[in-house]
Amino acid sequence: MKVIYFDNNATTQTLPEVVEKMLPYFSEKYGNASSIHRFGGSNKKVIEEARGQVAALINANPAEIIFTAGGTEADSTAIYSAVNSYPAKKHIITSAVEHPAVLEVFKKLSTQGYRVDFIGVDKDGRFDMESFNKAIDAQTALVSIMWANSETGTIFPIKEVAEISHKHGALFHTDAVQAVGKVEVDVKDFDVDMLSFSSHKFHGPKGVGALYVKAGVRFLPYMIGGHQERSRRAGTENVPGIVGFGEAAKIAKATLNQYKENVAPLRDILENGLLTAIEDAKLNGDKTNRLPNTTNISFGYVEGESILMMLDANGICASSGSACTSGSLEPSHVLRAMGVSFQFSHGSIRFSLSKFNTKSEVDLILSVMPAIIKRLREISPFHKPLCGCETK
Amino acid sequence: MWDYTDKVMEHFSNPRNVGEVEGADGTGQVGSLVCGDALKLTIKVDKKTEIITDIKFKTFGCASAIASSSILTEMAKGKTLAEAAKITNQDIANALGSLPEEKMHCSVMGMEALDAAIKSYRQGGAPVVFEEEPGTHIVCKCFSVSEETIIKAIHSNNLKTLEDVTHFTKAGGACGQCKSEIQKILDKVLSCEIPGSNPHKRTFSELTIVEKIKAVDAVLNEEVKPKLNLDGGSVELVDIQGNIVLVRLLGMCGGCANAAITIKTLIEKVLKEKIDPAIEVKSA
Repeated sequence: MKVIYFDNNATTQTLPEVVEKMLPYFSEKYGNASSIHRFGGSNKKVIEEARGQVAALINANPAEIIFTAGGTEADSTAIYSAVNSYPAKKHIITSAVEHPAVLEVFKKLSTQGYRVDFIGVDKDGRFDMESFNKAIDAQTALVSIMWANSETGTIFPIKEVAEISHKHGALFHTDAVQAVGKVEVDVKDFDVDMLSFSSHKFHGPKGVGALYVKAGVRFLPYMIGGHQERSRRAGTENVPGIVGFGEAAKIAKATLNQYKENVAPLRDILENGLLTAIEDAKLNGDKTNRLPNTTNISFGYVEGESILMMLDANGICASSGSACTSGSLEPSHVLRAMGVSFQFSHGSIRFSLSKFNTKSEVDLILSVMPAIIKRLREISPFHKPLCGCETK
Repeated sequence: MWDYTDKVMEHFSNPRNVGEVEGADGTGQVGSLVCGDALKLTIKVDKKTEIITDIKFKTFGCASAIASSSILTEMAKGKTLAEAAKITNQDIANALGSLPEEKMHCSVMGMEALDAAIKSYRQGGAPVVFEEEPGTHIVCKCFSVSEETIIKAIHSNNLKTLEDVTHFTKAGGACGQCKSEIQKILDKVLSCEIPGSNPHKRTFSELTIVEKIKAVDAVLNEEVKPKLNLDGGSVELVDIQGNIVLVRLLGMCGGCANAAITIKTLIEKVLKEKIDPAIEVKSA
């Protein structure tokens, strides 16, 4: 069966041309980039070329890019660097809807003497600017707010939050893992101090990411050991991964306009089609201000894992905020922070597109989804037809 | 991805005996929308022979919850109540080939719903919602699992680890605060000691979010919704922040001019009485 992949916020296909660039660095040019001999040392140049490509994608200077083993490491590095650089300040701010890579670190710091504010969102997932303004003060060491939400695609007002953070003397970090490669991310224009992103969200390989640290911002390394990455991140460089990351960044930058033009209309056809065809379905997230590739829809009275399994039987890949799929037995913290009732959060489905999805794939989803929801509602004890007239 | 057997997938794709038996003699329910899985079983019983002549289910939940319900109806149909009462969660899991460890609670839910349906028949047919016996010591407050249920699960399924207990009963699966207590129970059962109980009443603010939700939802379902239903309305729980419970009035209550009064004089009053006087209720 053909795979119809609508789970691109989870990960994306590594482009064949990216893999091709990576391959020589496994078995042929396998040298250590920190070696003195030319066989290894020549890989240093390759890394620097990739650094240039990665920096260009977010309009940074190459020297401001630190390669990491992914988005999670970049997030941890940024947060611990900020709090350890300003040990006298004991207040930090994030949002209630961050990825666990940020949220869990803040929760941990809250048990280690830090005052932490988790800024909430409104029913459409929009950042509560008023609460943020009240929370920040001269004691705030760090503000870490995601650029775009992975579950709903809602984009936060990064420029404004960065400006307010700086006004109060706080560092500003953003987890831009879901935004980079999908929308324009310009670190100079938005004036962020640190930014985390990851290669595999835009058709690069897994296991490699980067932290942008603005020139002049205080920095303390997280991984300690050798002096790779100018002593900012110890550990032998992942040469094939970094090369793939660079190539993926180059392609993403060149095709960003095309991405926006092609992906959003397709997403809208899917979204409008589902909302029109299925009763008691509602959109989660800010319709006007979000990633072009993401839609998150709740189907009342049914459970997400069951929907995913039935989609899977048709070769369709998506994801859900349901408790059953997470392994934690609790539904999505993002939907809960938005005030989505349990009835709707257990039945939420996220479709996230890439530039490779087609109209015929969208049509297929639209053709199978109404029957799936109808079937599960027939089984559900909570769904009662309003009029009592069974559809024939 | 879950490693479901073909049998699970087959029953999920083509569930048997879906619906509600007309003029049911017994109705058993377990779980809730809030928990993420729920099962309603209705049975028709031959009064003379006590044979289950018809049984149907409605399930809200994941693939394994639907498959467990489906196969349970096949197993119970044609059996006497006494025979059916002997069906264990392990029987359900075996009939499905197997269930992933993390999903064993789905089979437990089936067994509990059947127990509740039989009890309902014995009590004259009014629906029975499965719950832990009053007075028993609840170990996992999040999913309301008693010490008795945990001991039973350990014995009948030969459980060895804390993780096993969570997979089979859900106990310890949300906040994890009761994990050390579960471990103690497990140690005692495995070393053949009889475990003692350790009741400790905590205030609302000390509960975890899932515990709070369970407690509030139960009171809303039992005390509040029936009253609002009389006026063609209802209420849904939106969120809980500290001691503040956010609710949304639905149906006729949603547009009612007295909505604010309803929230304070009915909903807040009941929650204060039943759970904790510190609770404050607001409109979401």
